[in-house]
Amino acid sequence: MRQLHKFHGGVHPPTHKEESTRTPIAQAAIPSKLVIPLHQHVGNRAVPVVQVGERVLKGQIIGRPDGRLSSAVHASTSGTVSAIEMQVVAHHSGLPDLCVTLIPDGKDEWIAHSGVDYKQTPHTELRHILRQAGIVGLGGAVFPSDMKSYSNKHKIKTLVLNGAECEPYITCDDLLMRERAADILRGAEVLRELLYAEEVLIGIEDNKPEAIAAMRQAVQDDKHQFMEVIAVPTLYPGGGAKQLIRVLTGIEVAAGVRSTEMGTQCFNVATAYCVWRAITFGEPLLSRIVTVTGNVDRPQNYEVLLGTPVSELVKQAGNKPDTNRHIMGGPMMGVDLPSGAVGVTKATNCIIEASPALFPPPPPALPCIRCTRCADVCPADLQPQELYWFAKARDFGKTQEYSLFDCIECGACAYVCPSQIPLVQYYRFAKSEIWQREQEHQAAEIARERHEFRVLRLEREKQEKAERLAQKERAAVAAKPVAPTPAPALADPNADPDDTLQMRIDAAVARAKEQVAATEPPKNTDALTPQQQAEIAEIEARRAKFHEIASHAGADDESPKQS
Amino acid sequence: MISALWVMVGISLLLGAVLGYSAIKFKVEGNPLVEKIDAVLPQTQCGQCGFPGCKPYAEAIAKGEADINKCPPGGEEGIHKLAELLGVEFKPFGEGAGPRAKAVAFIDEQTCIGCTLCLQACPVDAIAGAAKQMHTIIASECTGCELCLAPCPVDCISMQPIEENIGNWKWQYPAIPIVQVNPR
Repeated sequence: MRQLHKFHGGVHPPTHKEESTRTPIAQAAIPSKLVIPLHQHVGNRAVPVVQVGERVLKGQIIGRPDGRLSSAVHASTSGTVSAIEMQVVAHHSGLPDLCVTLIPDGKDEWIAHSGVDYKQTPHTELRHILRQAGIVGLGGAVFPSDMKSYSNKHKIKTLVLNGAECEPYITCDDLLMRERAADILRGAEVLRELLYAEEVLIGIEDNKPEAIAAMRQAVQDDKHQFMEVIAVPTLYPGGGAKQLIRVLTGIEVAAGVRSTEMGTQCFNVATAYCVWRAITFGEPLLSRIVTVTGNVDRPQNYEVLLGTPVSELVKQAGNKPDTNRHIMGGPMMGVDLPSGAVGVTKATNCIIEASPALFPPPPPALPCIRCTRCADVCPADLQPQELYWFAKARDFGKTQEYSLFDCIECGACAYVCPSQIPLVQYYRFAKSEIWQREQEHQAAEIARERHEFRVLRLEREKQEKAERLAQKERAAVAAKPVAPTPAPALADPNADPDDTLQMRIDAAVARAKEQVAATEPPKNTDALTPQQQAEIAEIEARRAKFHEIASHAGADDESPKQS
Repeated sequence: MISALWVMVGISLLLGAVLGYSAIKFKVEGNPLVEKIDAVLPQTQCGQCGFPGCKPYAEAIAKGEADINKCPPGGEEGIHKLAELLGVEFKPFGEGAGPRAKAVAFIDEQTCIGCTLCLQACPVDAIAGAAKQMHTIIASECTGCELCLAPCPVDCISMQPIEENIGNWKWQYPAIPIVQVNPR
């Protein structure tokens, strides 16, 4: 029996997972249109590579990765691109971002695709396949997976597969593990090979016995040697990467340190599944499992095409009329969607239909009474009451001293706060202020450098110009011996400026004269044959004749005008 | 008595020599205060302070020749930082001299005649172009100093305010909504 470890704090919110686990994963219908954002991952936004009006096939790349940290975006089904424009996306800000709107033709016609045998393929190529297939972390962080599957810098001992799924309401990973355990493990095996990891620890919270059983069965059936399925205690936020690594291995990932530096790497189970599909079948990431729950008649998990508008998706689950908003993600860390028109993205693990009865508006915040319950539950072992204090006072230097950036924004502190203070909002505010300042500072540094370089450049150009002039002068002086009166120049190369100038003028005049003498321009009327001369005479005669006619015509023209 | 005096004289000479040596050895080049002030300034190099760039303004402040409220791009926060650094009172901006919304220059490429005057005006070399060729602003490097506006003979440069987008959006200070509880 493996010795499990503990992370600090944690809370037990009501899980609400039973509602959506009663039925298997259903295939969501192809919607009337797909709104596919080009920025669904961490890193640079994908660059659109299709035209409006173009017909695209299922799996065709519509956005190519831009730069090192980026990922591809694909057409989720076959159809016609109707627009590439700014549309509202699933983001806290409610601001628009570049999206491709696709009108499906209903044929669901695949582009030609084929997989590879991962054992016969070099790792670089496997990573390239992942990048081109748009595989990103599906646990919610959406970090490009190809960038995570390196082990050249640090030796990775343990690959942690995250099936904890600690947030209330969300069950997409649970259902995926119950139904597609074998493929998840095969994907994990590919990742293990890529990382040269010695073991794969699959952490699943013990409130998912069916998933644990299914995964254990799959490990046995496929005879995976290095894998172990471990039931971890149900405790929010036990599904956070750092927390799960801590529980499974006892390693505490320090502030500002990557887990790879500590010999571990963490992937979500759904990511492992997609890795397998991409490598072995050449299927890019076109759909994902989304839990639709909350204020709906039939809470359920759906396999949803990326880009499906949320309003069309929730209709299939029978959303009730008193729904007032859609939450993407869980109730603790989720995003309030700005509208039902936003498309499902790679980060959408759950849509909770919220109603005032289900999620009553929070009561007004009361003053902090310094009870430190937040400090008791903080999984990052911070002092949330202090962070709140400094963030509220806009003392951002102090918030950083109190390790604000170790905060994972899990919301456990706000959950237990007896004064109902929206603590996470304060932390997010402080973080974005610090980021902005940091950016401005960097921009100022670059501007300073550029300005200093410009000043330097102007100075240098001035010097170079002066040098060029001086060089010319020297060259002229050196060239003097060929001129008619070279004696003084030879005698004194450092003659005073007036002298050099005079000499140059003299030289130039002499040269000009020589040139004139040498190049008496030849005339084309010299040395003509008698035939040519006859021709010229004829032309001259004709010209004279025309002149005569023209002068007469001119006189004729004038007379009618006058009359 | 005499020996004590000699000892004291010896010590004072020795210490004096050490101090004199270190004054030469560890001499600080330039005024460190100027560097510190320059680090606070936003480096737009816009000249709105009346000095030809941020460094000259920093030097003027250090010499006590300029006020600390002459830098609109730095905003009130910039004045606060300068006041804190120099240990002086905060001084608000003069009438109509406050900061403006952040903007980047934009060249209307249809109108540009390729005269290179703006290229010479740009303090951070953020304009690309050549004589009789179309010019364009490298928006990511533009500090919004507006120095290119005046020299343009065809007035084809305008300032475009930076709009809020997903990339530069930030979380707001959590505000408590005011609700009327007792309508009368």
